[in-house]
Amino acid sequence: MKVIVNVKLKAGVLDPAGKATENALHSLGFISVNDVRIGKQIVFNLDIDCKDEAKKEVTKMCEELLANTVIEEYEIVL
Amino acid sequence: MKVAIINFPGTNSEIDTKWAFDKLGCDSEILWHKESSIDADLVVLPGGFSHGDYLRTAAIAKFSPIMEAVKAHAKKGGYILGICNGFQMLLELGLLPGAMNKNLSLNFIAKFHCLKVISNSNKFLSNCEVGEILKVPIAHGEGNYHIDNYSLFKMQDKEQILLKYCDENGEILNPNGSVDGIAGICDENKKIFGLMPHPERACDELNGSVCGIKMLKGFL
Repeated sequence: MKVIVNVKLKAGVLDPAGKATENALHSLGFISVNDVRIGKQIVFNLDIDCKDEAKKEVTKMCEELLANTVIEEYEIVL
Repeated sequence: MKVAIINFPGTNSEIDTKWAFDKLGCDSEILWHKESSIDADLVVLPGGFSHGDYLRTAAIAKFSPIMEAVKAHAKKGGYILGICNGFQMLLELGLLPGAMNKNLSLNFIAKFHCLKVISNSNKFLSNCEVGEILKVPIAHGEGNYHIDNYSLFKMQDKEQILLKYCDENGEILNPNGSVDGIAGICDENKKIFGLMPHPERACDELNGSVCGIKMLKGFL
């Protein structure tokens, strides 16, 4: 099955790339924009048919490698 | 003193680091990250871009085969020094608390910077005075150290904050957004050290500073 993992900085952790993008949008005149956050999307195929088992496996991947849970949070989309 | 310097694909400071420790008369060797054992008093994780810094800095280095031996070395109370990318590795391994974020300016910063010695009750900075200002190069894109307030207070209490960025007069001058201007820390037992600046690049008058040799000498 196709797996999407979205990783982003936790709320409260300053996101320098998001801030720079927000400033750029403001200078282009998009002044209604605020609180821009930039994350990563990791997409892959997983050879596991059972959704529960897949979720368990991907959670392990996130905790061990895909996210640094000190400052990042992740979302798994199956 | 025996020093093992670990070389990962993408490391670029292993030779400078070996040169610095050789200058101090240490018996040093560079070990490839696929080795499985380490026989040394001090393990150094040098600067660079291990495994290309893909995903996050040091995220993949954490799983290099030699890391089992590095963790075992830590467990038995051996000394470990992580410089720049090596500091990021120690955070990823959980051997030091906190995490690294991109520099606030988003710029890669490479220049000499002043550092203030916050604590010298450890082997690494034992030759330095508290409040002393050291001039050491920094070279990083992700040196914005992050830690929650509770852990920060705990670290302050246990004298784990070793170095802060400052100007020539010792006033805090933060180049990367790091919490509390922190440039270097250690673990509770004062055996594991991590810092973003590069002491190995400040070991000869020709480099523009000899402050680094004074720091590294502490391990002897």
